[in-house]
Amino acid sequence: MSEKNEGKAAELRELYRELILEHARSPRHFGKLKDATHSAEGINPLCGDKLKMYFRILKNGRIDAACFEGSGCAISVASASLLTDTVIGMSTADALQFFSAVISRLSGRSTTSDDADTVIDLGKIRALEGVKEFPSRIKCASLAWHALNSAIHCNDQTVSTE
Amino acid sequence: MSHAAKAPNRSTEQRPIEDCRADFPVLAQTINGEPLVYLDSAASSQAPGVVIDAVAEYQRHDHANVHRGVHTLSHRATDLYESARDAVQEFIGAGRRTEIVFTRGTTESINLVAQSFCRPTLGAGDRILITHLEHHSNIVPWQIVCEQTGAELVIVPIDSSGQVDPQELIEKMDDRVRIVAIAHVSNALGSILPLTEIIQAAHDRDIPVLVDGAQAVPHLAVDVQALDVDFYAFSGHKMFAPTGIGILYAKETHLEAMPPYQGGGDMILEVRFEGTTYNELPYKFEAGTPNISGAIGLGAAARYLASMGLERIAAHENRLLAYLTRRLAAINGIRLIGTASNKASVQSFLLDDIHPHDIGTILDHQGVAIRTGHHCAMPVMDFFGIPGTARASLALYNNEEDIDRLIAALAKTQEIFA
Ligand SMILES: Cc1ncc(COP(=O)(O)O)c(C=O)c1O
Repeated sequence: MSEKNEGKAAELRELYRELILEHARSPRHFGKLKDATHSAEGINPLCGDKLKMYFRILKNGRIDAACFEGSGCAISVASASLLTDTVIGMSTADALQFFSAVISRLSGRSTTSDDADTVIDLGKIRALEGVKEFPSRIKCASLAWHALNSAIHCNDQTVSTE
Repeated sequence: MSHAAKAPNRSTEQRPIEDCRADFPVLAQTINGEPLVYLDSAASSQAPGVVIDAVAEYQRHDHANVHRGVHTLSHRATDLYESARDAVQEFIGAGRRTEIVFTRGTTESINLVAQSFCRPTLGAGDRILITHLEHHSNIVPWQIVCEQTGAELVIVPIDSSGQVDPQELIEKMDDRVRIVAIAHVSNALGSILPLTEIIQAAHDRDIPVLVDGAQAVPHLAVDVQALDVDFYAFSGHKMFAPTGIGILYAKETHLEAMPPYQGGGDMILEVRFEGTTYNELPYKFEAGTPNISGAIGLGAAARYLASMGLERIAAHENRLLAYLTRRLAAINGIRLIGTASNKASVQSFLLDDIHPHDIGTILDHQGVAIRTGHHCAMPVMDFFGIPGTARASLALYNNEEDIDRLIAALAKTQEIFA
């Protein structure tokens, strides 16, 4: 394989990392959350991704449970799955801060002016950073996160990437 | 002098189809380090140099408004614009140039018919017949006019191959049906509908027929008089012309009887505050300054297609489609969507349980452009119980090597998802 091809293959592998593929194949917390207190739907009309995110948020503001259902590409499903893994146990305030960090990091928008976004350790979510090289896929990776934001702020809405 | 009367370049007439790839400058580039393989012509086709040049020449030397000035440029622009109409008339075999209306595209053409032809006479209990495989632009305009008038939209089913049974369609043509509106070629499935049989049966019952020809004109020879179709709509950008220009062909008797679609300049003879008299055909339906450069590009594209010969183009594409289908079908884990026996230039598919969007990204990364998603035909996706498909679509500039590259890129996709 030529050097060029190797570089290109590496870029694809960056996007479709093992962790992403694994979460896409067997998403965590997949299904409906019956006693959800908050939910929101995220749709990407361009490619037909449709994810419904459910959260149970306690009186003290802690996210106690998170689930999702729907269909989408590997990136959007893995992102939703990783999201549920990540936000369970967080306070909504922390989750929102995390949301903002994820969005700015995925879109390559983080600047010194939003330090908070760059300081936060994204943990497993870093696996999604491969989308930076694939502008058309950033929306897929951020879909579930926008739905999280919407669910916390204005319960039971639909957010669209368009 | 006008470039309008320039005859098609006869020397190109018998060029082998295989050579015409070189006519399309956009194809000579690399994407992500690989030579571009363009398999998305059903979404929008690329333009040959003669179309690009016709538009550029006009912009450079001949631009002015049409049907207005006494000055030289306005004459030239008008000549070019009207000669494009002649080229389109010839291209689809229309009897009169007055039957060729320039629009923004298929979508506007269908809306025009829904609003100007159907709406004034539709009422509660009337029916509009369409099929399950239509593009959204041959669904939503009818839904709107149904809402406005109380008429009912009736959907004719498709079978599992993605074809319409003409008998089923004909059975639904009762005396309340006011129009039949169907695709010539399905953009998601490639099926070619049996128009002749359907149109004859409709006319036996005095029902007019609109055909959405967006996916047909770059691939098949279309003769609106032989078809005896009442309305035929298509877009420039699917037949190597620019975007924002398209055609409504309509029989003159219909156009005469229809009120204008939009009001404004050019579509009038006389405007008085007491009342306005409309211009003659086809200008009655061309309100405002038209897309002059687009029309000129469309005329050039029609001449280009005619010079290559639609029969030869169809034969070339049929050979390629057969090869594409055979190569795809040989892949383990492929599911072909759209397997009608009579098809043109399109193959939709699913691969393992890989989402079409992921397939699209991995293919693009290897320089192969296909379309993924619902293809503006959500009811078709619902019919097959899928959110979308990957779709490879062909045009005369494609070749076997393009298909080999697609197949190799799909193997790579499977490797990544293995
Ligand atoms: C079958 C069919 N009808 C109508 C259209 C709409 O054409 P346009 O968007 O150019 O108006 C398309 C384009 O995708 C099509 O494939």
